[in-house]
Amino acid sequence: MDRIIRAQGLFKSFTLHTQGRVRIPVLNDFHFEAGPGESVALVGPSGAGKSTFMRLLYGNYRAEKGIIEVRHRGGIVDLAQSDPHEILDLRRWTIGHVSQFLRIVPRVPALEVVMEPMLDRGMERENAAEKARGLLQKLRIPSRMWSLSPTTFSGGEQQRINLARGFSVFYPILLLDEPTASLDPLNAGTTIRMIREAMDSGTTVIGIFHDKDLRDTVAQRCVEITGIGLNG
Amino acid sequence: MPLLRVQGVEKSFGRVVGCRDISLSLMPGEILGIVGESGSGKTTVLKCVSGRMKPTSGSVHFMSRLGWRDMGTVSHSEARRIMRNEMGFVHQNPRDGLRMRISAGGNIGERLLENGARHYANIRAKAIEWLERVEIDPARIDDPPSTFSGGMQQRLQIARNLVTHPRLLFMDEPTSGLDVSVQARLLDILRGLVRRLGISMIIVTHDLAVARLLAHRLLVMKLGGVVESGLTDQVLDDPQHPYTQLLVSSVLQP
Repeated sequence: MDRIIRAQGLFKSFTLHTQGRVRIPVLNDFHFEAGPGESVALVGPSGAGKSTFMRLLYGNYRAEKGIIEVRHRGGIVDLAQSDPHEILDLRRWTIGHVSQFLRIVPRVPALEVVMEPMLDRGMERENAAEKARGLLQKLRIPSRMWSLSPTTFSGGEQQRINLARGFSVFYPILLLDEPTASLDPLNAGTTIRMIREAMDSGTTVIGIFHDKDLRDTVAQRCVEITGIGLNG
Repeated sequence: MPLLRVQGVEKSFGRVVGCRDISLSLMPGEILGIVGESGSGKTTVLKCVSGRMKPTSGSVHFMSRLGWRDMGTVSHSEARRIMRNEMGFVHQNPRDGLRMRISAGGNIGERLLENGARHYANIRAKAIEWLERVEIDPARIDDPPSTFSGGMQQRLQIARNLVTHPRLLFMDEPTSGLDVSVQARLLDILRGLVRRLGISMIIVTHDLAVARLLAHRLLVMKLGGVVESGLTDQVLDDPQHPYTQLLVSSVLQP
C-alpha cells in the first residue's frame, strides 16, 4: 500500500442507552485514503461526522464496521482492530492530533504540556524543554507563562499550547481539528506556516477548517462528509 | 511479556459473588483503572490480584524478579517477600497502610529494615529522599503520621510502598476523602513517579476524572462482573455498554 492511511467500508453509529435506546447513525460505508505528504480538508455541514471521522482515525471512537489501515513502524496496522496498547503506540509515533480544546491537568505547567510528546519518545528533558520554549516563543506565548498551568489561559492561548505540543515532534499523520479557531490573524499565520513546514517534511495533514481561506491555503483537496439523514 | 496475568478469577463469600470471570494482563509501565460504583466488586478484584485475598477459583501469575510465579501456590514466605518488595498496596484509608504510632521516617524505613538494611544513616537518608519526592517536609521525619493531615498520610503511604522499588503498585481509591486541591497534588505526584520509575499500577476508583488522568486502560465493573474494557479515552468518550454510558453521563462538569 502506497497510501499512508486507507479507510474502507467505515460504519459508525451511536446508541444512546440512557435516552430511550435512540440510535444515531453518523458514517455509512465511508471510504477515505491519503498518501504521504498530502493535505486533505474534511468538509461538510455541522453534525455531518467530520469530528467523528477524526476521532475514529485517532482511536478515540471505535468503528462499528470497516477497516482503517495505517502505515506504522514499516508495516500496516488496522486501527479499527487494534488493542489499547497498539493505539497508544500509534499515537506516540505515527498519528498526531491537535484538538480544539486543551484538557487541563492541574499543576502541570504549559512547558511540560508541550514537552510531553518528546519525552514520550525518550528525548532528554533539557532538549525537550529547549524545543518546547522555541515553539511557545514562535506562537507568542510570553515566557512568564511557561511555568504556569494553562488553567487560567484564554481560549486562544490554550489552543496555542495545544498547537505547540502537536508540532513538537514529526508525525507521519497529523490530525487538526479547527487549529486556528481561537487565534488572531498573526498567530493564525504562524500556524499556517507550521502546517506547511510539516507538509514539506512529509507529514500527511488531515484537517477540519471552517475558515474557507485557511482551507484554500492549506488543503490540496477536500473530502466531503455529507451526513446521514441530516435533512430529515 | 506481561508483569501480571489474571485468569478466570472468581471470589465468593458464601452465596454472595464478590467478583466473577476476571481476566486481565498487565504490561510493565502500564496503568489499569478499575471503575464502577460501590459494591461493583472493584476492591475484591484488587485484593485477589494483589495476593491479599485468596480467590475461590482462577489464577494469578506474577513476573517476580526471580521468575514467573503462581501466587496461588507459592510458599508463604515467598508470597510475603513478593508482596513486601515487589508489590505495593496503597489503602483507601491511610490508617490501614501505615503504622500510626511510629515516625514517618520509621514507616518508610520499615521495609528496608525487614530486608536486612542496618546502616542507620543510609536508611534515614533514603527516608528523607522519599519524603521530598512525595512533597512532605523532611523536617517531619520524626513525627508520627497521626499528626499528619489526610493528604500527607496518603502521600506517606505511597512513599512507604515505593521505597523498595516495586514494579507493581495497587491503589484502592487513593483520592477519595481528599479535598480536590489535595487530590490534584497527589495525582500529579503519582503521574510523575509512575513516569520516572516505570511502575505499573492497578488503581481502583469511582472517580472517572482520576481514571482518565492516570489510566491507560479501564475495566468497568458492575455487580461483580466486567461490563466493558478498553482504552481509557475510548471507554469514556465512546462508551458502548448501557452501564458505562450511565456512569459517564452521570458525572457533573464544573
